[in-house]
Amino acid sequence: MNLKPATLRQIDEVITHYPVKRSAALPLLHLVQEDQGYISREAIEWIAAKLELQPINIYELVTFYPMFRQHPIGRRHIRVCRTLSCALTGGYHVCARFQQELSCPPGGTSADGEVTIEFVECLASCGTGPVVMIDDDLHEKVDLTKATQLSQQIKAAAKTRNPP
Amino acid sequence: MPAPVQRRLIFAHIDEPGYTPDLACYRRHGGYEVMKRAFARPPAELIDEVKKSGLRGRGGAGFSCGLKWTLVDRKSGKPIYLVVNADESEPGTFKDRYIIHQDPHQLIEGAMITCWANNVQQAYIYIRGEFPHGARILEKAIAEARAANLVGKNILGTAYSCDLFVHRGAGAYICGEETGLIESLEGKRPYPRIKPPYFPAVLGLYQCPTIVNNVETLCHVKHIADLGGDAYARIGTPNNTGTRIYCVSGHVQRPGYYEFECGKITMGQLLHEVCGGPLPGRKFKAVIPGGSSAKVLRFGEKFNIKQKDGSMSELGVEDLPLDFDTLAAAGTMGGSGGIIVMDDSVNMVEALANLNAFYAHESCGQCTPCREGSLWMKKISARMVHGGARPQDGELLKNVADQIAGRTICAFGEACAWPTQSFVQKFGDEFAGYSAAKKEPPAESVPLI
Repeated sequence: MNLKPATLRQIDEVITHYPVKRSAALPLLHLVQEDQGYISREAIEWIAAKLELQPINIYELVTFYPMFRQHPIGRRHIRVCRTLSCALTGGYHVCARFQQELSCPPGGTSADGEVTIEFVECLASCGTGPVVMIDDDLHEKVDLTKATQLSQQIKAAAKTRNPP
Repeated sequence: MPAPVQRRLIFAHIDEPGYTPDLACYRRHGGYEVMKRAFARPPAELIDEVKKSGLRGRGGAGFSCGLKWTLVDRKSGKPIYLVVNADESEPGTFKDRYIIHQDPHQLIEGAMITCWANNVQQAYIYIRGEFPHGARILEKAIAEARAANLVGKNILGTAYSCDLFVHRGAGAYICGEETGLIESLEGKRPYPRIKPPYFPAVLGLYQCPTIVNNVETLCHVKHIADLGGDAYARIGTPNNTGTRIYCVSGHVQRPGYYEFECGKITMGQLLHEVCGGPLPGRKFKAVIPGGSSAKVLRFGEKFNIKQKDGSMSELGVEDLPLDFDTLAAAGTMGGSGGIIVMDDSVNMVEALANLNAFYAHESCGQCTPCREGSLWMKKISARMVHGGARPQDGELLKNVADQIAGRTICAFGEACAWPTQSFVQKFGDEFAGYSAAKKEPPAESVPLI
């Protein structure tokens, strides 16, 4: 495991928050996923050893909790809310617009590896639906025009990073 | 009757220009003064104030907060934990988000007063994984509070020490259920525990007595410590005291959050006057009054509700005062305060299919009736929407739902059955006629599934 020194420091610190080491399993999974982009088999074994657990104790968390992933995703992570309040205000159309603008298959990653779009359950901002999280940032009242604008910003940022 | 004016107790500073989430701003607005006064009082007195206040939990169940605290096993000799439920996972609910992001110190002050009152020396805030900024804001606020000797060792120069940490969830609805949350905090899959024997007040976190309270509930505790239990109990209506934050979403002109004295506003006043009524050219059709799990109400239906004086009166959906007891008497619940409004453009089969997809995704899988039942309800309603509807499908859905509720370890069984039971009961005609109706979907209709 090739974790950044800052991640390792945070891991050692967070373990001290709990009287029982196992409680640090979710915090460690978050820290490792932020560092590595996903949870590899090696990461599962590393976290288990760190917390004096069996790898299955960590693996069963990775498969249960929707936010943990076992494969890398696109550079940008778009999460469109699917649940009722956002759907009532057009969430399905918004998700389709992102997929179309960014050439991204439903639930998958664009061919250039730039974007992953997920249709997720309630993000707890129902009064400003449809809502979309792009990486860690929440975008509210995302209508089709705003979905197109956000997609164009993502494409422009990718172009700046990888000039043709 | 015109709608009453908002009474902003918890949301006093939400969206106030210039109000920032840092300690200095909170202190300028009198922050932590209530806690200082509370720490000078014996803990038992504070528990008494909360009992007198009549505060009911704002997370969904509406359970008496004072009673919850009274049930804590204080004789075991084991440490007592406080866990702040900041999972805010019930669809339609979005109040704790604003407290966490805009006024985190109000929560921390309420939590620390609760810790003092209950002799808690370690507390955790379990925040949903989808609030990454919220978690950072809380961590920063706790660090500020710790540096100012408001959290941590020898708080305010007393012999009392109590620490507080933020713990992030990872996208699972079931972590809002208090025993599932405790399992998750222990680093496990959040399978809810069976009660008895695992009442958190006796056998909670690490098998120690544990109090699990919602974010908003703990903010109310701060105001109860400030005003006194008796004065707080005069806000709202009897047995439904204090203020309530109503989160309105869906088909109204002005969705959002509105704080009123509990039970002093009716559904009609809230939706027509405060939220501006239906969208142009539309009519209200249905409303879910307390988070997506609450049973749906159909505009036009009538309820026989017992009044405080014992007489019965017939009320329509618009006439219902928004308090725990009236909504329970109307066969639904006040729940988490999440009000989802649907107008006449909505097909109820499709709305139910949307919710059934949610519950099938979120069932933890521990109990067979819920794991299998929620999945079959999703499959049946999805089949109906995708061209395979049969007239008897409503009855079939109800049949599945009836076999889940009451047969599971936690209340998710009811939560996933109630939408199906109530949608089919109240909109049976739409379920029976869905295949015919499906041939001509309205041009402007928005897909829900």
